[in-house]
Amino acid sequence: MSTTLSTNRPSGGAPSEGDHPHRSPLTRLQHLLHAQATIGPAVVLLLAVIVFSLLSTRFLQPANISLVLQQVAVVGTIAVGQTIIILTAGIDLSCGAIMVLTSIVMAKVSAEHGLPGVLALLLGFLVGAGCGLVNGLLVTRLKLPPFIVTLGTLNVFFALNLWYSGSATIRGTDMPALLLWTGQTFTIGGTRVTYGSIGMVLLVALVAFVLKNTAWGRHIYATGDDAEAARLSGIRTNRVLLSAYGIAGVIYALSAWVLIGRIASASPQAGQLENLDSITAVVIGGTSLFGGRGAVVGSLLGALIVGVFRNGLALARVDVLWQTLAVGVLVIVAVSLDQWIRKVRP
Amino acid sequence: MTSPDIPVLQARGLIKRYGNVIALAGTDLDLMPGEILAVIGDNGAGKSSLIKALSGALVPDDGTITLDGKRVSFGSPIDARDSGIETVYQSLAVAPSLDIASNLFLGRERRRKGILGSVFRILDRDAMRQEARRQLDGLGIMTIQNPGQAVETLSGGQRQAVAVARAAAFGSRVIIMDEPTAALGVRESRAVLDLILHVRDQGLPVILISHNMPHVFEVADRIHIQRLGRRKAILDRANVSMSDAVAIMTGAMEPQDGDR
Repeated sequence: MSTTLSTNRPSGGAPSEGDHPHRSPLTRLQHLLHAQATIGPAVVLLLAVIVFSLLSTRFLQPANISLVLQQVAVVGTIAVGQTIIILTAGIDLSCGAIMVLTSIVMAKVSAEHGLPGVLALLLGFLVGAGCGLVNGLLVTRLKLPPFIVTLGTLNVFFALNLWYSGSATIRGTDMPALLLWTGQTFTIGGTRVTYGSIGMVLLVALVAFVLKNTAWGRHIYATGDDAEAARLSGIRTNRVLLSAYGIAGVIYALSAWVLIGRIASASPQAGQLENLDSITAVVIGGTSLFGGRGAVVGSLLGALIVGVFRNGLALARVDVLWQTLAVGVLVIVAVSLDQWIRKVRP
Repeated sequence: MTSPDIPVLQARGLIKRYGNVIALAGTDLDLMPGEILAVIGDNGAGKSSLIKALSGALVPDDGTITLDGKRVSFGSPIDARDSGIETVYQSLAVAPSLDIASNLFLGRERRRKGILGSVFRILDRDAMRQEARRQLDGLGIMTIQNPGQAVETLSGGQRQAVAVARAAAFGSRVIIMDEPTAALGVRESRAVLDLILHVRDQGLPVILISHNMPHVFEVADRIHIQRLGRRKAILDRANVSMSDAVAIMTGAMEPQDGDR
């Protein structure tokens, strides 16, 4: 018995699970945040609301809350699609361009070609899905990194949007009422709420449920967590990725509808920063850029945090440049926190 | 359904080339019913390629695979799984951030009964957790308390147990295990070896790939030695010493005729 090809490393054996008497409070916090990623952004949002309501009496007034909700509705809706992509360990820089392109398509086919509102919306959803599928095909067939794919298609879709719109804004008064419906309001407890913001909340609830309770949702997480492991487990990862980009495209088309209602027009120059703003919301919401970890509810909270910070600082008469700086700091803090949380040990 | 003399899983003349590199140079393999067949070989001998061909993760350029005497061809791991061949990969192929039950049912989730499942495709999480609980208890080794726990909170041995439980729960013909003890300490290795024996005793034949000779000699019934992309020898564990097996594996010794 001369040779063995491996050595046995002695170890203390399996640690027992369950009770952890030796954990420090910091480690406990790390484990808590690891198990419940949305606790962080929820606490931040709550603290921000408390602080800003102390700084300005106007902050909690219904009109102001309504304003924040309206400001957040577009980016909050986009962030739902962005979350799905980021959960697969991807990223979508083209989301804003897809939104603008679909908003122009919806507006133009109805305003200039007389298509009824319902058909214009459906056509917009088809265009959104098509754009998303182009991204998905490039990612899955050509195996290009999502960052590069969507950087390219960002320019392609934006150029298509300029070409199709002739760089001209389409006025809301020329559109059917259905396209502008997302900007209509109703009143709850003295606060005027747009249907667009309600749509955003319902979309978040729906997607959160689907991600948690369907096989497709589990496969999104598994693919983002470890694509090779998912493939070996029998998940058709390319199909999962393709469907993720396609569904994100449809969600961007929904955000285009919200956008039209919000600005009561369709502008080819709108939404150019929505890609970075949506990534900001997703990251602040606790979803990991490395994929497989996070929740769509967090992204809504992230969008609200950004909205509340900008609004609250403006009410406190802080210069807009400091609002931007605050959002930047939030992103850095959120990603650092994610890195720390990911280092959790059993 | 199976007779003791007919291999459950058989490979003949498998060839796989990667450019100029020949990973499999016409290799054979025979797995008999109810046995643990260890596959050993030096680095680059083609162990991994052979296992991937059997588990559908790789499509061989040439050669045949038969399962229970019937010719099969696997285009993907899903095909092999559908035929009853389950593989525990060295990388474990688990999604660390998902819980144990989700991992156990990854890729074949159970849906609710009725319209909720068929139309709305909603998962039956309770049933999956109960079944996961039952499977882990059935293997009888691990102290996992909650099937809703994320896999990344488990120790290496417990993760291995989850992967083995998944294979044992769904494998109906063959279980393939790739280096199941490579990353484990002594106590955890012991538990996983017991698990392998337990699976074999329940009637499922096991292919065990390992570098660890003591582990191979402890549990294997027969030993398949892979060398330079081919099967060099099949040894009966009872009739061979560890040093001879290593000598054949490294090319220092030629196998006797009876071992070919």
